[in-house]
Amino acid sequence: MKNESLYKYILGIADNSLILGQRLGELCGHGPNLEIDIACTNISLDLLGQTRSYYQYAAKIKGDNTTEDDIAFLRKEREYINVLLVEQPNKDFAHTMARQFLFDAYHLLLLQELEKSHDMTLAAIAKKSIKEVSYHLRFSSDWVKRLGDGTKESHERMQNAIDSLWTYTDELFHQTEADIVMVEEGIGVDVTKLRDAYLEKVSTILEEATLKIPENKWFQKGGKQGIHTEHLGYLLSDLQYMQRTYPNMEW
Amino acid sequence: MTTTEQQIDEKLIPILEQVSDPEIPVLSIMEMGVVRSAIFENDLVKVQITPTYSGCPAMDVIGDDIQKALSDAGYQSEIELILAPAWTTDWITPKGRKALEEYGIAAPLDPIADKEALLEGKRIVKCTNCGSKNTKLVSQFGSTACKALFKCDDCQEPFDYFKCLK
Repeated sequence: MKNESLYKYILGIADNSLILGQRLGELCGHGPNLEIDIACTNISLDLLGQTRSYYQYAAKIKGDNTTEDDIAFLRKEREYINVLLVEQPNKDFAHTMARQFLFDAYHLLLLQELEKSHDMTLAAIAKKSIKEVSYHLRFSSDWVKRLGDGTKESHERMQNAIDSLWTYTDELFHQTEADIVMVEEGIGVDVTKLRDAYLEKVSTILEEATLKIPENKWFQKGGKQGIHTEHLGYLLSDLQYMQRTYPNMEW
Repeated sequence: MTTTEQQIDEKLIPILEQVSDPEIPVLSIMEMGVVRSAIFENDLVKVQITPTYSGCPAMDVIGDDIQKALSDAGYQSEIELILAPAWTTDWITPKGRKALEEYGIAAPLDPIADKEALLEGKRIVKCTNCGSKNTKLVSQFGSTACKALFKCDDCQEPFDYFKCLK
């Protein structure tokens, strides 16, 4: 492949949206109430739409008649390079919203930089996605605040969720080899520079929510290298079921 | 209503106006502003469309419907999906806004009013059923990604509001 770094760089962004989109899709028909069910599936749809744009572009770069579906459905677990945060299970609604918030805050910062990319396609996808992701962040921030600053029960649950997911946040700011090459070419975003703005945004919301910011010294990592938590395998077996069972099927 | 980049051959306008939005059938894709260009290149009509939202499931159908409408009129066509410039609710034409309202979907407010309605609970979105502004937000997300769900406290009817996207 001529431009392998660009290909990998695109997947590094797109896989996050695919996997989080799939997680939220699991709530279709299972949300705690109708409005939230619709909200989660709408966010899922936005993320999957963004994923399609990225994968279509990646497929073009890869060549060999690769399609967006091949990339989404026919890779093995270790070939997915999404961060560990997005593959974490939905658990209770506090976990679902905490995961969403911790990712949305990062996602928006990433896209605001990607919008300035020298790669016109990535810049266009980012520009389009910013409008959607700002809305996601509003929604998830609202819920973090509402549950954090809610009843004793909801406060405890939201604090538990933030505490258990916090260990996955550091990885968001790790650079891969593809990242480094793409940053040099003015195409990629230097994620290490997003950390301060991220912590500021997250701290502000958590404080408003009367929640404590965890003080981890140790963080989980590995997703960007394809080393995942046990949860991704189960998610993929669901996601890839149709293509594995009926190879090459089309709607 | 449009950007300077929108370029549509006049001969094609009446044909494209007949293609409706599959999710809001009263609205043509021209009134939605999703057609960004339609020009002849020799015998081929090249059409560029842009999605309202990234995940809009209607785009494939819209592409197929345009090809069919053009083919019925005797033109071969090629559809291209473009993302830049990104679609905005400003591209919905005045006729389109009217059609939305008549269909039961409140048309998008300006960005400031939109924020007040969606985030601050201000009662400013006009009920499409009775016209009252005594309405409240039920859900930030509605039946499709581009809408939010409202309820009127006067006539008690629920209705969709088309969110402002700029």
